[in-house]
Amino acid sequence: MDKVKIGTCWLDGCSGCHMSLLDVDESIVTILRKADIVYGPLVDAQEWPEGTDVAIIEGAVSSQDDRELVQTARARSKYLIALGDCAVTGNVPSMRNGIAVRKLLERVYVEGADVSAGIPTDGVPPLLRQAEPLRQTVKVDLHVPGCPPRPNAILMVLSELLEGREPDLGSKLRFG
Amino acid sequence: MVEKVKVRIDGEVIAATAGQTILEVARANSKYIPALCYMEGLSATGACRLCVVEVSGVARLVPACTTPVAEGQSVVTSTPQIESYRKIALELLFAERNHVCAVCVSSGHCELQALAQEHGVTHVRYPYSCPRLPVDTTHPRYVLDHNRCILCGRCVRTCAEIEGAHVWDVAGRGIGSHLVSELQRPWGEATTCTSCGKCVQACPTGAMAEKGWAVEEMTKHKTVVSRLTSMREGS
Repeated sequence: MDKVKIGTCWLDGCSGCHMSLLDVDESIVTILRKADIVYGPLVDAQEWPEGTDVAIIEGAVSSQDDRELVQTARARSKYLIALGDCAVTGNVPSMRNGIAVRKLLERVYVEGADVSAGIPTDGVPPLLRQAEPLRQTVKVDLHVPGCPPRPNAILMVLSELLEGREPDLGSKLRFG
Repeated sequence: MVEKVKVRIDGEVIAATAGQTILEVARANSKYIPALCYMEGLSATGACRLCVVEVSGVARLVPACTTPVAEGQSVVTSTPQIESYRKIALELLFAERNHVCAVCVSSGHCELQALAQEHGVTHVRYPYSCPRLPVDTTHPRYVLDHNRCILCGRCVRTCAEIEGAHVWDVAGRGIGSHLVSELQRPWGEATTCTSCGKCVQACPTGAMAEKGWAVEEMTKHKTVVSRLTSMREGS
């Protein structure tokens, strides 16, 4: 039987959810007997591959690049998981949402800078008007809240999916 | 002479006193109905809509906290429809303001967060309104973060009914409703505030907190208000 193909990425987040994924410790070996990680910060692939089974997305959709990446992931994956509060609610990145992007960048990169004041444009993607939860851009099949979600919750979700079952989070997880 | 009435709650016949609300009778008989704006010892306002129940002969759902019991009434506290409406009410509370649990002093001790978990809310189905709201840090001991306020009014009623100071009120209408201290004066300059802190203890979320606590550190003493009322009634 072919291995299940898992892709992961982080958008506007802190990488804490990926840390939590790694914190499943040796259980990752059990998972990798049945699955391959085909894309993400943990592997080398340059582009999200076609025919991915499960996409695990950390972080809010905050920039043009975030939007394109999550849309690619959605188009090329059968099942998409919003992992963690930033992907689920917008969380900390969304705290900028009440402030206009221009004002925000000026406050940080002009008023807040001691040297080299100026809004960076080279090599950084333009910010969207607001940092949004994934579901406002793509269809999400499963929301796993938490900041970060506990490793055993992530392990439960992956184990259930690898067994071909829909994970039932019920009342197990909370925001934050 | 106290008039007794018999009601059915989830099929069980219960003897109650006329004038009691459905919520009071249910809780006194270990029947669980969730609520956010209700607090034992304060008047009930029916603001949060989490305590909605079915009452026989009434076509719509009614809030248990403001509906008095009546002879022969039959109440159902949980159906798929009721649960779905409670979930909607919770999600709308999250969507209305900026509830960022990850950086909140009350995370882990928050009634809104706990009820969301209890009702299996893993995400909010509505777009967030992301309003820009102030944080009032003018009081030397306490802080008011409007981002986390759900307008339950427990602080308003605590201050007016228990402390007798009536520092707090809700100003504005609809989505613009917001908490004000003493006719829009900053909390720290409110001359009627006695700094007793009972509003802080009554607040179900991290909207009101003591200064000096970090994320997840603010635990509240919810029984203070209820205990004061019952002690005064007993005297």
